[in-house]
Amino acid sequence: MAGQDEIADTLAGLAMFSDLSTPQLQSVAHTFEERFFPEGERILRQGLTGSGFFVILDGQCSILVDGQQRATLSRGDFFGEVSILLGEPPVADVVATTPVRTLFLAGPAVESFLVGQPRVMYRMLQAQARRLRNANRWRS
Amino acid sequence: MAELTDRPFPPGDYPLIVVGSGPGALQHSYALSRLGVRHAVLSADPSPGGMFRRWPFFQRLLSWTKPYAPVERGTRAYERFDWNSLLADEPENRALQPSLMDGSSYFPARTEMEANLVAFARRTDIRVRYECPWESTRVEETPQGRRYVLTTSDGEYRTPTVVFAVGIAEPWAPSTPGMELAYHYADTKPAETYAGKCVFIIGKQVSAFELATGLLQWARRIVLASPSPAQLSVVTKTLVGVRARYVQPYEDHVLGGGVFILDASIEAISRRGGELVVRTRRSDNGQQLDVDADDVIAATGFVAPLRDLPSLGVATFGHSKLPSLTPFWESSVAPGIFFAGTITQAAGGLKKHGVPANSGAVHGHRYNGRVLARHLASTRFGVELPRPSVDPDRLLDFVLEELTQGPEIWHQRAYLARVVSASPDAGLRDDGFVPLAHFLDSGGGDALAITIEADGTGAIYPVLYARTGGTMSEHVLPASPVLDFASPEHREMVVDVIGKLGVQAPV
Repeated sequence: MAGQDEIADTLAGLAMFSDLSTPQLQSVAHTFEERFFPEGERILRQGLTGSGFFVILDGQCSILVDGQQRATLSRGDFFGEVSILLGEPPVADVVATTPVRTLFLAGPAVESFLVGQPRVMYRMLQAQARRLRNANRWRS
Repeated sequence: MAELTDRPFPPGDYPLIVVGSGPGALQHSYALSRLGVRHAVLSADPSPGGMFRRWPFFQRLLSWTKPYAPVERGTRAYERFDWNSLLADEPENRALQPSLMDGSSYFPARTEMEANLVAFARRTDIRVRYECPWESTRVEETPQGRRYVLTTSDGEYRTPTVVFAVGIAEPWAPSTPGMELAYHYADTKPAETYAGKCVFIIGKQVSAFELATGLLQWARRIVLASPSPAQLSVVTKTLVGVRARYVQPYEDHVLGGGVFILDASIEAISRRGGELVVRTRRSDNGQQLDVDADDVIAATGFVAPLRDLPSLGVATFGHSKLPSLTPFWESSVAPGIFFAGTITQAAGGLKKHGVPANSGAVHGHRYNGRVLARHLASTRFGVELPRPSVDPDRLLDFVLEELTQGPEIWHQRAYLARVVSASPDAGLRDDGFVPLAHFLDSGGGDALAITIEADGTGAIYPVLYARTGGTMSEHVLPASPVLDFASPEHREMVVDVIGKLGVQAPV
């Protein structure tokens, strides 16, 4: 379908989904839900239960911990996975600093999605490894 | 009472205009009138009902109304069990739907739902300028501020505030090669037409399964296909997915009865001799699979008929081309343009655990329409909303009653919340219902937000949010297998939370 086809095309250009075939990309596009956030809206809320996993298709977000900006996210970045993997509420707010188009997967659906798409899981691990490396660099 | 043939609201200037005459528009117009907000209502249709004047195709709703419920018909608590009546203040205008049903099902027939909406419009004297289609829109900047100019078949209307309740009922089909050989759900033929035919249905949403269910006794073979697996509401434990009434084709499929449900993308439709061939590609292994069919039906959904609003800056997203909205259902980029009815699902709220609110259905958006009316009345028309005082000794019972009975928070879980504010000057005040996202993100003084939530496992439970000293805390109360949220355990936990507001209550 056109909407999902467009999303599948967008996904093909993102590192996390770059190993998937076209039918797999279309399946992912149908599995995730497209969500749009106006500028200034909170997407993830620090300390609240029940959050989800987001992949940014367009736009920019800020990560804020206790109101302090820690990082920015943009197209291709993802967030929300840490709290889902650990079963804990998010430790940061994520706020849209421009209109933001995302793909959303509810927390309870993330495990089965990643297990069913091991190449996506591998790419996600790579991204997490980079984040860990950068965090360690800042500390050293 | 107004006759439906009246022609009120001639072209001109109005403080507020509502577009539509389906349940969303009727509910919102009713609520505006009760708050004293003068407005015009315009509709392209000849009579009330919106999409229910025509659909569902097989003429019975998915939303139930229980004529016999655990609580008295016509009470506020009864709204939990009656998903189809609109909301009225006057006892005689409440719970109209059950009195119009013939007892054959607790899902009203389409004609019964239409009669319910017509009766509501007549009895509550909702005036609508029917057969006056909105055709285009432009903006005029005036010394008094921005005006939206709606061009209609009858002339031009000017207003600073417009509420579109135009549904999501414009058929949409993808641009797949050969799609012209298919036709949309909206153009499905009488069921007997498909006797002995092979029918290919594109899509696995509710509308696809509704068609498949209705054609089981007619079609020789039914194939449903889309890239991702079918979801079932009894599995998602939400309204997401195919509703239980339409699961029969799924059972037929898994038992090998002749219905096929494919996870495959649709690549092309072509004609070969006297039949159609649908070329698909399987999601699991990428292999091509050709399926022949006599008829191909695109149950690929509907979009919001926003006409030229995107040219005014109204941003849209998603499969249904929904507008980007604030928590109070205002366009995020075109101030003064609001939405009511099923389009309010575009403001998704928190979607905690992935569970959506029920804004896409009457039993959810009827409350949004009322909250929006209060919001518009107070922010744009200077109406001072009542904020009744709450006796501190009564707060515990107030919270428990709301959790047990409140239809707004039961139907709009984690989406609407009842708010009680606390201040040294005004004491405890019942601020009514607001979108939960607004409460969480807008800041303000000490207050308690009361709501019900669900996590997709089948558990339904109360959640309280306390804002004290500028800090928000979330308090998840236990689920109950019999939905009893006034147990000693719940009472004790609520007492703890309201203690944060400085209210001491006996357990």
